[in-house]
Amino acid sequence: MPKTISEKILADHSGKPEVFPEELVEVRIDFALGNDITAPLAIEAFRRAGAKKVFDRERISLVPDHFVPNKDIASAIQARMLSDFAKEFDLPYYFEVGRMGVEHALLPEQGLVLPGDVVVGADSHTCTYGALGAFSTGVGSTDLAAAMITGRIWFKVPPSMKFIFRGKLKPWVGGKDLILYTIGQIGVDGARYRAMEFVGELIDSLPMADRFSMCNMAIEAGAKVGIITPDSITEQYVRARAKRPYKFYRSDPDAAYEAVYEWDVSGLEPVVALPHSPQNVKQVTEIPPTPIDQVVIGSCTNGRLEDLRLAAQVMKGRKVARGVRCMVIPATQRVYLEAMEEGLLEIFIEAEAAVSTPTCGPCLGGHMGILAPGESAVATTNRNFVGRMGHVESKVYLGNPAVAAASAILGRIAHPEEVLS
Amino acid sequence: MKIKGKTWKFGNNVDTDAIIPARYLNTTSAEELAAHCMEDTDPEFASRVGPGDIIAAGKNFGCGSSREHAPIAIKAAGVSCVVAHSFARIFYRNAFNMGLPILECPEGADRIQTGDELEIDLDSGVIENRTRKETYQAQAIPPFMQKLIEAGGLMEYVREQMSGQE
Repeated sequence: MPKTISEKILADHSGKPEVFPEELVEVRIDFALGNDITAPLAIEAFRRAGAKKVFDRERISLVPDHFVPNKDIASAIQARMLSDFAKEFDLPYYFEVGRMGVEHALLPEQGLVLPGDVVVGADSHTCTYGALGAFSTGVGSTDLAAAMITGRIWFKVPPSMKFIFRGKLKPWVGGKDLILYTIGQIGVDGARYRAMEFVGELIDSLPMADRFSMCNMAIEAGAKVGIITPDSITEQYVRARAKRPYKFYRSDPDAAYEAVYEWDVSGLEPVVALPHSPQNVKQVTEIPPTPIDQVVIGSCTNGRLEDLRLAAQVMKGRKVARGVRCMVIPATQRVYLEAMEEGLLEIFIEAEAAVSTPTCGPCLGGHMGILAPGESAVATTNRNFVGRMGHVESKVYLGNPAVAAASAILGRIAHPEEVLS
Repeated sequence: MKIKGKTWKFGNNVDTDAIIPARYLNTTSAEELAAHCMEDTDPEFASRVGPGDIIAAGKNFGCGSSREHAPIAIKAAGVSCVVAHSFARIFYRNAFNMGLPILECPEGADRIQTGDELEIDLDSGVIENRTRKETYQAQAIPPFMQKLIEAGGLMEYVREQMSGQE
């Protein structure tokens, strides 16, 4: 029977010739990860289960990234649990501050998660790795603990939904806009429990950074995975990094989909998700003048080198507006270094933006940029729920890095062309 | 197993930041998490919710992050069951792994209001609304999830499997 890429990966990992949507399967995992918020609970569950070893020390990563560099004593104690556990089990892929990055930017960059993998992570944005053609999904801490012990996990095989993108993107429109547009069309539960497969001529030519942004936010439509067929662009990204062999899967042309959406996005302007839901999506050109207090450029969604280049293009030779704080947070140490070598950090600092060491910090209202009552931020992050970045009476607008940079310069939500013209 | 309790009703898309804001995730203590449960939606919820009370909500309850702190906070606040039109998938798994019973029941989720007294039969999925004198049928808990509940949660299930191998 013809199958989707998700069904093929799950079948191969469950030892079955084929699997069907809604079927419960137990699968072998290729990689598991946790962070400083979720791994402490997983480590407690691991102990409670009486486990004495991990299934494979080279297939587990612990990444302290949310509240690090430690923001307070309680966070320091949680981060310490990760480093102690990593030492006890001699885990090579524990990433200390100074070597770390935001997990979903870091692990692909390090070649630890690969095409054809089944990956589980105790973080909802684990779906990011679908950009590599992996079946990758977020789980809770207890599921992570079980996976770390057994190397296996059970799943319900998700029905697949196909999203076909046609046309040619306008300048300043990228993967972030495509996924926000998609969520705006189908809603925050529009793909609940489903595999979102992104296809079409536009996706075929989309760079990896944009693919990561798209799959990253599949969870914001309720999806289990967001996935893109690996191709020559994937191969080019993976070849030099891969720490182990990998496999390309692709959907059969006549595979069954629960729903198919087809959009020509040639006319699409950059979009912004208004408070307080990622589905409140409007084109920047439709939004009335909206003053802002803060801009955050970074995160697992948009903290990659390509994202910083876009922001720098807009900010070069300009200054952040009076009354606005602009935080630029390279997602990994390598991105930080490359941004420095390319002169991007100089552009940001001369624009009077603050450049920070990698952290998830402000995205989830952890630290490094918390909003006061009544304040508004434009962020390249992924969620704008009530209180997400700080006080319950603050607001977050989600957009791409160029829109965020333009907004920082003009002190209000802005189209990059308003700055550059 | 039967559950009786008074209901607290919430809307659609109750996200995990609403259930337990990230600023409190620097602890794994169930009691500390419970003290801030639903804080940004209803600051009085945590202090007023009673043991055995039930949460009813609309679509996509528990959307957003994978934080297991969400079902932990709800359970430790004393809530005995969550009835919703639908659940976000990670929350659904986490709730079972934590031993928090949850039921999908679109009809009940629409009809039930704050203060309603409910009696829920977890085995059959029948929800009796004593205040409104109505009965709703929730989706039965899938057999695989029942196995987890029988074992006492995922960790206990894993421990059983490990002891079988030795």
